[in-house]
Amino acid sequence: MEQEQPKKVRSEFIFFAWRNAKLRIGVSILLVFIVFAVVGPFLVKYDPYEYSGPMGAPPSREHWFGTTIFGQDVFSQFALGTRSTLTVGLLGGCIGTMVGILVGLLGGYRGGMLDEFLNVITNIILIIPTLAVLIIIAAYLEVRGILTQSLFIGLTAWPWAARAIRAQTFSLRVREFVDLARITGRSSLRIVLTEIAPNMMSYLLLVFILQFGGAVLNAATLDFIGLGPTKGVSLGLIMNNAVLWAALQLGMWWWLLPPGATIAAIVGALYITNVGLDEIFNPKLREM
Amino acid sequence: MGRYLGRKLLIYALTFFLAVTIDWMIPRFMPGDPVSLMIARIGTRPEAAEVLRGYFIQAFGLDVPLWQQYLNFWKALFQGDLGVSIWLYPQPVIKIIQRAIPYDLFILLPAILLSWFAGNHVGALAARARWLDNTLLPVGYLLTATPYMWLAILLAWSLGNVAGVFPIAGAYSFSIRPHLSLRFILDLLHHWFLPFLSLFLVMFGGWAIGMRNMIIYEMESDYSRYLEALGTPQKLIRKYAFRNAMLPQITGLALQLGGIVAGAVATEVVFAYPGIGYIILNAVQNQDYFLLQGCFLFIIIGVLLANFLIDIVYVIVDPRTRLGMTGE
Repeated sequence: MEQEQPKKVRSEFIFFAWRNAKLRIGVSILLVFIVFAVVGPFLVKYDPYEYSGPMGAPPSREHWFGTTIFGQDVFSQFALGTRSTLTVGLLGGCIGTMVGILVGLLGGYRGGMLDEFLNVITNIILIIPTLAVLIIIAAYLEVRGILTQSLFIGLTAWPWAARAIRAQTFSLRVREFVDLARITGRSSLRIVLTEIAPNMMSYLLLVFILQFGGAVLNAATLDFIGLGPTKGVSLGLIMNNAVLWAALQLGMWWWLLPPGATIAAIVGALYITNVGLDEIFNPKLREM
Repeated sequence: MGRYLGRKLLIYALTFFLAVTIDWMIPRFMPGDPVSLMIARIGTRPEAAEVLRGYFIQAFGLDVPLWQQYLNFWKALFQGDLGVSIWLYPQPVIKIIQRAIPYDLFILLPAILLSWFAGNHVGALAARARWLDNTLLPVGYLLTATPYMWLAILLAWSLGNVAGVFPIAGAYSFSIRPHLSLRFILDLLHHWFLPFLSLFLVMFGGWAIGMRNMIIYEMESDYSRYLEALGTPQKLIRKYAFRNAMLPQITGLALQLGGIVAGAVATEVVFAYPGIGYIILNAVQNQDYFLLQGCFLFIIIGVLLANFLIDIVYVIVDPRTRLGMTGE
């Protein structure tokens, strides 16, 4: 009997997951882009910054997404850019979620002065616009890589996650099973890890997805202002170049539209997945 | 009420203090040396570079001990001295920012207020009309997921470039000098419309979805069920639900300010609209650190002021805060 329980829960999860159209759509779109980010760069025929074709040519068989005003292949830039954009989202999302979990769990479970202190810090950082801080940090970095970018994005994005997780922890720590665990003399760390965290797993997944989307958008905005990676390509950087070199005035839509559309699709798919998962985890929201 | 606002003010004061400290710290403690970077950028003969280095060190105030640098930074700040721009040398940073701020307010205030107002009402409508709900949800999610600059690019390309209905750069035509006349005002509005629209649309999606979800949540709550059981007309229950759902939307506005700043920066870059965002772009391209730091401070001050305004509105709207029943 005890063996049976978790198995049943899992199959129920898969059952509702499969029935949920939002989740299906969101996850499929995401998968398409993830596969493209992995495979795409191998399909590329040119170096992203190589002057490989006619200048400012519309899409053709030779250049699938046309060329930039300098004759660089947009598809090559696009394929590599999608990869780096997803990488920043993944890393930045992970870091943001981790810090958020740490601060939220710690403050929420311990309470008292520590919580008071962490809460004030969280509230302060919550007010400061993330992008403003990122701009000023990035401007002073001489060499910017994808890793440093994700690191800074993650380190500035955690406050709302910490706040939400803290609130969840607050409501969980007064439950009876937590009291029972405390009576048995377990250490705080073990109680947090084995009693509280598993009950928030679904919630943490949602937090991660939103952090992922936020990191992608933040990275795109930074790149777009010209504070992206100093070497390499990203979707925001393509847009930055396109706008700087008057692709708008010249009507070079093949240079302007694909990168932004991809970001919108990725972030949109993340949001839809989020709503879908929310409906699965929270039976109240399910449409029967 | 006093306690509520007092606590908020304390947080804002701490935030301002921290922001100024960050603004002071980053050029001094980041790896790399901005002074050499700027000199390398200008690229002159060695003897000229030495003179420049001396000037920059003095301009940054790097020739005194750290604690003194920090105090001087604050002192200069209160005198409105944010240094001299390199991009538009020798104009003081504060003058450049002062010129940009009206344009920011001109775009942001209408975009924020109108999108909030329209989003809330459309969201509330969607919660009760199935067909509207089915269109609003996908459109809303798509809008919130769209990067601000891309929607701006899309609008500029379709309405500006292809259709040719709206101009796509600047705040007014180059052929007109700013003066008070109907022609200039119309020209100003003509240039204003697209940046405004792109900000409006992205924000609108978020508000509408938020309101729709809140209304559904409120309609499920005990007081709605009780009213329903009493036979209260649906219209009245909706009205109560709407009022209760407004409160989180007001708090949400405060939380969204950071995102709005990012949106404004990106939009102004696309449309070359001469607000703070456009200045930041130029500061980045010219490695104008003083200007960048000045913009940072002004963004913080703007966000803090907006937060405080929202708090005051919240106190007016939610009587519980006035009676000291909620701390946060």
